[in-house]
Amino acid sequence: MPTGPDRPAFSRDRRPGDIVFAWAMLIAAAALLALIGEQTAHRAGAKLPTQPWFWPALSLAGMGVFGLLHLISGLRSDRLPGRWPEVGHWARSLEYAGWFLAYVLATPVIGYLPATLVFTLAMTARAGYRGPGAFAAAALAAVVIVVLFRAILQVRIPAGRVYEALPDGIRQVMMLYL
Amino acid sequence: MDAMLSGLEMLLRADVLLALVIGSIGGVVIGAIPGVGPAVAIAILLPATFALDPIVGLTLLLGIYGSSMYGGALPAILINTPGTAVNALTTYDGHPLTRRGEARRAVALAYSASFFGGLFGIFCLILLTPVLAAVAPMFGSREIFMAALLGIVLVILAHRGQVFAAGMMACLGIFLQTLGLDAVTYTQRYTFGLTFLSSGINLIVVVLGLFALSQAFALLLERDASPRPATVGGGVFAGFREVWQHRRVAGVSSGFGVLMGIIPGVGEFTAQFLSYTYAQKTSRRPELFGKGAPEGLIASEASNNAVPAAAMIPLLALGVPGEALTAMMLSVFYVHNVVPGPQLFRNDLDFVYALYFALILLNLIVIVFLMTSTGLLTRIIRIPTRFLGVLILTMSFVGVYSLRNSISDCALAAGFGVFGLILRRLQLPIVPIILGMVLGGIMEVKLRSSLARVQTPLDMIDRPIAALIFAGIVVVIAVHVRGAVRAARFRRGRGE
Repeated sequence: MPTGPDRPAFSRDRRPGDIVFAWAMLIAAAALLALIGEQTAHRAGAKLPTQPWFWPALSLAGMGVFGLLHLISGLRSDRLPGRWPEVGHWARSLEYAGWFLAYVLATPVIGYLPATLVFTLAMTARAGYRGPGAFAAAALAAVVIVVLFRAILQVRIPAGRVYEALPDGIRQVMMLYL
Repeated sequence: MDAMLSGLEMLLRADVLLALVIGSIGGVVIGAIPGVGPAVAIAILLPATFALDPIVGLTLLLGIYGSSMYGGALPAILINTPGTAVNALTTYDGHPLTRRGEARRAVALAYSASFFGGLFGIFCLILLTPVLAAVAPMFGSREIFMAALLGIVLVILAHRGQVFAAGMMACLGIFLQTLGLDAVTYTQRYTFGLTFLSSGINLIVVVLGLFALSQAFALLLERDASPRPATVGGGVFAGFREVWQHRRVAGVSSGFGVLMGIIPGVGEFTAQFLSYTYAQKTSRRPELFGKGAPEGLIASEASNNAVPAAAMIPLLALGVPGEALTAMMLSVFYVHNVVPGPQLFRNDLDFVYALYFALILLNLIVIVFLMTSTGLLTRIIRIPTRFLGVLILTMSFVGVYSLRNSISDCALAAGFGVFGLILRRLQLPIVPIILGMVLGGIMEVKLRSSLARVQTPLDMIDRPIAALIFAGIVVVIAVHVRGAVRAARFRRGRGE
């Protein structure tokens, strides 16, 4: 496709899946704008910029206008094949989002260190590394991350509920630092 | 003078110095790993600094912010992959030098030019301090509203060829910051009856999703790569001499960096483009550009390293961030109860000086580290990319979860991660969302607070600075529209 001055008017570089995204954004903006009366309040007698609905309406209207222009410029550009495989690629990221949420849900139950160890080892295997060196590196990374953030920097991550069942001596250490 | 000495004293505490060393070296290492970058690192570390003393936490993150571009030059030169996005132009002349067997010279030039640009930016910042201190109190609600509006306009127009997408993303960012309970009228906005949305969407959750999680997803979904960079033997001090030989290019490029850093929404890319174009046009051998021209490498690195210090000018003086990293630094300031703006210069000038000294010191720490540890950094570049994705995902958990121990925040961040991945794949801009969130919030608050003195829309620009900024907005839009019309006429003239 030509670029710069050689490009047809009102067109742009386009990637596979671009139109799907442009339609989705435009529909989302229109749907949210349609809900403005239901999802925001109106204050009788108040100046326009102080109305609770003013900024959401302004931003959604802007999103809609820019989204429409983005869609039109996409429709006027050369289409690249591979739209639905690209959408499939986006959907594949949901698997990793799922792994991440499983890690989030497991941490308050089994504790930060065990959850991090299990997560990094499982993810290392899922990413295709199966050698003992990779698993050792993953385990080491998990321990370093936990010690750095929870024991040294004292970030707010709750202790695992299973820690309660540990013997007295080790329970204190696990609850405070790991 | 008292404020300066007090600032120096603030910086010379052992914990502050340690934070600066860790931040500076950590920033270089993070910058050197392609696929991580300072935005990811700052987003992950930000909640971890909550428990630290404000100056310690700020210095740590400032170190990462100011030093990452140094490290980003290394993979750009050695494996033709920029460590951070703003090192992209460094590949043009850096990697050809490596292919010619001159990796050591290229690395030395990049470090020296970065150091030159970094210090140039800081000295400009220090020289501008009295001006800032004088001008900042003249900025009331109307002026700050106009400055934030200018920032939004510039960040949209700066995305050449993607203006509509950038506008859409900026508006999405503005919309996201309106969600939750309206702090003035106490009414719900787009919460859909969900309790967790009542408190709004936290900027850090969005940043972590869009930058860190999306990057982790992208790395995990792509084919694994384990770069094998060229070795860099011998000393790299000779670069200073060569940069001095090209001091005109280094100086002008750093000047562009400062100028573009000050203007909200523009940043490193435009600075690099202008510097590189200038260096090529004024070179005796322009045909070498893109094939290993030292001036090209100097222009790229000097300009992008001058930006961070300069970008602190609108942030410190007005509380208006110009790009994603300064938007994050603004949230760092707020978290640590430091409110940038005119009051900062009136009440906490010593703190401002401490930040300046920290910037100078971090450049010195970084250059010493780089001169002695380049070999170590080349080994770090070799981390396989999918394993890097696992590490980013693991560390992102700390950033999101430790904010409020909220599973909803983590789910939102994961959602923004998927959204960010889509934007990356489509090569659409992410930064306008962040700036829309930050600047949209500023605009809403400042417009409301200025209404007491505003009866008609014209009252918004009845003061000199507000009128000047408004004129700037009009000129910027007019220039952009004129350019678009001329391009359309040119195409019509060609019969398309």
